Amino acid sequence: MTGADVLICGAGRTPFGRWPEATGRQLAVAAVNAALADAGIPWSRVGAAFGGSDSAGLADTLVAQLGLTGLPFVNVKNGCATGGSALVSAVNAIRSGMADVVLAVGFDKHPRGAFDPRPEDWGLGTEYGTDGLMVTTQFFGMKIQRYMHDHGITPRTLALVAEKAYRNGALTPEAWRRKPLSAAEILESGMVSDPLTRYMFCSPGAGAAALVLCSPEAARALDGRPVTLRSAVVRTRRFGSFEVFSPWIPGGELTSVSRDASAAAFEEAGLGPGDVDVCQLQDTESGAEVMHLAECGFCADGEQERLVASGATGIGGTLPVNTDGGCIANGEPIGASGLRQVYEIVRQLRGQAGERQVPDEPRVGFTHVYGAPGVSACTVLSR
Amino acid sequence: MTTDPRSRAATGPEAAPELQATPGPQATPGLQGARCAGCPVTVYPADDTCPRCGGPADPVVLPGAGTLWTWTVQRYAPKSPPYQPPPGGFVPFALGYVELSEDVRVAAVLDVDDLDGLDHLRIGMPLSVTAGPGVPRARPTTPAEERS
Repeated sequence: MTGADVLICGAGRTPFGRWPEATGRQLAVAAVNAALADAGIPWSRVGAAFGGSDSAGLADTLVAQLGLTGLPFVNVKNGCATGGSALVSAVNAIRSGMADVVLAVGFDKHPRGAFDPRPEDWGLGTEYGTDGLMVTTQFFGMKIQRYMHDHGITPRTLALVAEKAYRNGALTPEAWRRKPLSAAEILESGMVSDPLTRYMFCSPGAGAAALVLCSPEAARALDGRPVTLRSAVVRTRRFGSFEVFSPWIPGGELTSVSRDASAAAFEEAGLGPGDVDVCQLQDTESGAEVMHLAECGFCADGEQERLVASGATGIGGTLPVNTDGGCIANGEPIGASGLRQVYEIVRQLRGQAGERQVPDEPRVGFTHVYGAPGVSACTVLSR
Repeated sequence: MTTDPRSRAATGPEAAPELQATPGPQATPGLQGARCAGCPVTVYPADDTCPRCGGPADPVVLPGAGTLWTWTVQRYAPKSPPYQPPPGGFVPFALGYVELSEDVRVAAVLDVDDLDGLDHLRIGMPLSVTAGPGVPRARPTTPAEERS
């Protein structure tokens, strides 16, 4: 990583799911307090904060509950990269000397059902709404449909990815979907957007996650086991990518923002995909995890068919993916997802992941989020 | 440093000879798009700038036929509003991207004869595309059209 090391000294999350009684802000306060307790510091020790949600309010208002210490608190609103962008900002705050203890927090609370976008907000004609094309699940279905055609991936592989998510979710106390489901049940759960069935998708939900980052000097004064953040990168799409709500896409080979962001994260960290012992990949649905394995450099296109069937991506496999059940088992509070992934890697690298602990003391972890309208955030972590 | 697969060196403007300038007496009735004056980029719907280089783009009529690049089926009724179901109520419908030239793939609703037709969609199948009052619509090309 260019510049001085930044250490993660505290990590906290709430359970994810539907919380009719709690606001998104209340969940955020709970996650921040959990991260502070994990780091063993009071709120007054935090010198700067960055955070946000997509649809649950402004992060800087949390000071009313956390304490009016006068610290600078910057709101981040960057869609699926909200957590990642808050993290990058926190890293830069430490590197620049703005503060030596910095908070990153992400939270959200969404209504039941699929997201409900308006065509005019995306620069599209109203006909895309009236004719029924403003549905996110269509994009996910069409992207993996083409990928399966080009690279020989079968529906059974999509079902096995979801089966693993629910299996890992059952081992994760904070996950939302904690009931194991078989590949057969997942395949028979009803087609939503061919080739993806109902149980292959994550659902919008509520939850929060927070991290306490420290300079090496500040970390030395604390008792816990810090994890080194080797790199944190956010990228937006280049020309030629395939994104949701596109009236057209360019011909030729597709570009990938996830490919760009993951390559930059590995380069900054001075490590490669082969060094990673445990990783978290955006799994909005099963197909996303399959494609992101290749886009983030963990395998060649098409190799997933063999990898997934062999159990390589399960806990105990050669490359455990989404050990906490990912988005499929945790749901997706947009602002919180990216920091939940980092929380999980911190637990794994410290050996504190309980029943879902990856064996043999994993040393290097990786996280990847992806979302509309073509944004990706990646981190590389080590102990 | 990566090589852009759409670099001008790789595919010159002559790479898409089927695109016709607007208006032209020989133009096939089709979608109104635009083509960059500088790069091999064709966009839909028409825009006056190129999203790749920011340079000016000129109107073109896109080809009226192509092949299915990918597809899915909308199995449940989208939320209303904004969705307006047909007079008989919602029925599952297919949609996809139709590759109209080397440069452009356009999203379209796929009009197949009945529910049975949803089971016969395949990547690469020939389709005819028409501009409508709504989004582009595509339907399987008939054998007679393929011969002509």
